[in-house]
Amino acid sequence: MANYSTNDFKAGLKVMLDGDPCAILENEYVKPGKGQAFNRVRLRNLKNGKVWERTFRSGDSLEGADVVDQEMQFLYSDGEFWHFMHPTTFEQLAAGEAAVADAAKWLKEEDSCQVTLWNGVPLVVYPPNFVELEIIETDPGVKGDTAGSGGKPAKLTTGAVVRVPLFVQTGEIVKVDTRSGEYVGRIKD
Amino acid sequence: MTDWRPATAREALAARAGLLAYVRAFFAERDILEVETPCLARYGVTDLHIQCIEVPGYGFLQSSPEYHMKRLLAAGSGAIWQISRVFRHGEAGRRHNPEFSLLEWYRPGFSLDQLIDECVALLSPLLNPASVARYHFRDVFREHTGLDPLTASAAELAQRAQQNGAPSELDKPALVDWLMATVVEPALTKDQLVIIDEFPGWAAALARKHQDDDGEWVAQRFEIYFAGYELANGYHELTDAAEQSARFQQDRQLRQQHGLRDMAPDSCLLDALQQGLPDCSGVAIGLDRVLMAQLGVDDIRILLSFPADRA
Repeated sequence: MANYSTNDFKAGLKVMLDGDPCAILENEYVKPGKGQAFNRVRLRNLKNGKVWERTFRSGDSLEGADVVDQEMQFLYSDGEFWHFMHPTTFEQLAAGEAAVADAAKWLKEEDSCQVTLWNGVPLVVYPPNFVELEIIETDPGVKGDTAGSGGKPAKLTTGAVVRVPLFVQTGEIVKVDTRSGEYVGRIKD
Repeated sequence: MTDWRPATAREALAARAGLLAYVRAFFAERDILEVETPCLARYGVTDLHIQCIEVPGYGFLQSSPEYHMKRLLAAGSGAIWQISRVFRHGEAGRRHNPEFSLLEWYRPGFSLDQLIDECVALLSPLLNPASVARYHFRDVFREHTGLDPLTASAAELAQRAQQNGAPSELDKPALVDWLMATVVEPALTKDQLVIIDEFPGWAAALARKHQDDDGEWVAQRFEIYFAGYELANGYHELTDAAEQSARFQQDRQLRQQHGLRDMAPDSCLLDALQQGLPDCSGVAIGLDRVLMAQLGVDDIRILLSFPADRA
């Protein structure tokens, strides 16, 4: 990969720092009158999601990270790996538990996900922002309930548990926002 | 795709036009000659911290009109001023644009104190500062960092700088620069016009040096800060050709140590100094920064019609 100097740093650029791939979030140029210039940089470590703040002398450089975001279709999980397929080349890749992490509970077979690849290997899997999943277990509802009461927990086919209004029943399909984990609505066939 | 639209509002364009008219009237009243010098010339500068933009076949875009203005002074121009566009590679951010407007003027016979007074006279009506304060670099640095920039060891400075997240392997001047930019500058009173003088001897650039009361070498250089950022940089100008030539050679060694390209010293400037530069003081003020301070805007890019990313 190419090296990038602080002059090239901009939000979104992927670079290697301390052996981990990182995405630059912000780059601020600081220069005291006629002296050494610095770049104060905020980066997100793409392996663990942590935000780092580092300062570099202007002109210093970092190695680029071979990181790309790719839409991929989720095929299945064998319990150890989650298998994804490239939509046009049909190439299949396996993502380990560290890459899938919290996304696992939202992944439904055939759904399309964004997968961040580092050197061609899945690094992070992002579930779709909205998923439609069937309820496999919830307490029977109460008639006349309207949204506003606390609702009740409902277990979905993928294992995720979300709070749903009391009138929603086992067997129904619900739409969930994976970013907040909140129920959005019922899907009627 | 580069956005075709200007980055600035019409009010900011009008404020800039007003600032330019004010500056022109200020110097006309004082009967100082307005001049123009080249933006593009055969020599750049040797300064370790200024990287010139090369134009193949022609030379370099000028990072300051200083050398040409000194050649005019050596030829007997008398007091001169100009607003010029200057160019510095790699300087881009909230307070920097690679191309910016510099107001620069020279006063033969003026002491540094007289020139500081003139700067205050120029800036006060624009910025309405609550007060004007003046500190020696050593004192203001010590007040905010607890360390004397001239006598503290590099290890002591490094320890203090690392508390503030400085990168490792900085030399002493760079450590002082870091603490100045991240500790001292943000601590300066925002509505006060703050003048800092007697910069460390290693930061003299084109200013004369003398020994302070403790026998430490300091530069006859000042900077003016307002609203937390640097507006002006002035020198009691070095007129000694041999000393200037030695500083250029020292710069070239530093550039080599830092892995930067070699820059030839400007022989025309050295010849002019040899001929004789009158005793004078000179100052440069970043007009875009003045506009930022006037309008209370903390991003230079929205005060430029077309900042670097739209130019």
